[in-house]
Amino acid sequence: MISLYYPATSPVHKLAAGIKVLLLLILGTVLFQVEQIEILVGVAVLVVSLYGVAKIPFKLAFGQLRPALYLLAIVFIAQIFISDLETAIFVVLRFAILILAASLVTLTTMMSDMIAALEKGLSLFQRWIPVAKVSLALSLTIRFIPVIGVITQEVREAQRVRGMERNLFAIFMPTIIRTLKMGTEIAEALDARSFDAEDEISTGKSKK
Amino acid sequence: MMNTKDIVYIALFAALMAGLGFVPAITIPSIGVPVTAQSLGIMLAGGILGAKRGALSIVLFLVLVAVGLPLLAGGRGGLGVFSGASGGFLLGWIAAAYAVGYIVEKYWNKLNIISAAGACILGGVVLLYAIGIPWVTVAASIPFMKALMGSLAFIPGDLIKAVFASAVIVAVKNQYPLISK
Repeated sequence: MISLYYPATSPVHKLAAGIKVLLLLILGTVLFQVEQIEILVGVAVLVVSLYGVAKIPFKLAFGQLRPALYLLAIVFIAQIFISDLETAIFVVLRFAILILAASLVTLTTMMSDMIAALEKGLSLFQRWIPVAKVSLALSLTIRFIPVIGVITQEVREAQRVRGMERNLFAIFMPTIIRTLKMGTEIAEALDARSFDAEDEISTGKSKK
Repeated sequence: MMNTKDIVYIALFAALMAGLGFVPAITIPSIGVPVTAQSLGIMLAGGILGAKRGALSIVLFLVLVAVGLPLLAGGRGGLGVFSGASGGFLLGWIAAAYAVGYIVEKYWNKLNIISAAGACILGGVVLLYAIGIPWVTVAASIPFMKALMGSLAFIPGDLIKAVFASAVIVAVKNQYPLISK
């Protein structure tokens, strides 16, 4: 499974996943209260220099912004017409900072650490959230993604024989039905191994 | 109450959403707007699993995107996608799946392609834009009408997806119904 994680040893990488997400939430809230562009430029410099601290190559850092460039350009042009150049720069800069900061967290945190932090965070609310079930669902989904890819490939090959590989409906339907049947079997297998989802498992660990 | 089957179906649909992200975007030639398959997944999740399980599968999918899996169309992922101007559409997916599921459940016994398409359009297009467009308006401080006009280009593709999704929803209902009424 490919993730967006960029491996390196740096203080940014070492910081606990939960703290990084918390800092990001604080930054996101504070940034929308700021009205002086000087502060915004300062924060931008800080975030960019954190990319340096985390030893992330420039190309990869810029790549985080690229998918949003189109939208940022539209916002920039729209802002020039409605207000002025300074507002346009301000709004676009704020977005760029948020996207870069959030991407920095993603690039420097391993997915397994992020999920562990998430489960830890959820367990604070275990009176309302069934943590064991959420954990099971998370790990099942990660496992299912390649399986669904395989099923889709098989269905496509089968439909190619019938000359229907261009018919989207003929690809979707068998894939979904086969996926659902597989799901029913997996659920029965889980129940047979007494993963009793009706139980409230308070330890936050799923029984296998 | 959620049983094991519900959890597995929720996980499967979250994975299916991820799979749809790998489908290359089709660009409608005359308008030049890319049409991605993932908003189709929203309608299918609600229409096949129902309101609650459908919405939860989207929540699960978005959680995996947030923790850093590049599962959105075009290989995007991570926390950054939520802080962009289009973050409202991503969160709107949850409400959209719920709404599609809610309407499909309401009409379950007499569900046909018309009522299913109605559910997909109301939940997966109208409600989704009703959340996404004001979000763009506020987050990017551009006027509502500008944001609305900018989104109009996506409507034809969304309507095609709604019709396709409703055909799948009705067919799955006939072959492997998961909503019990």
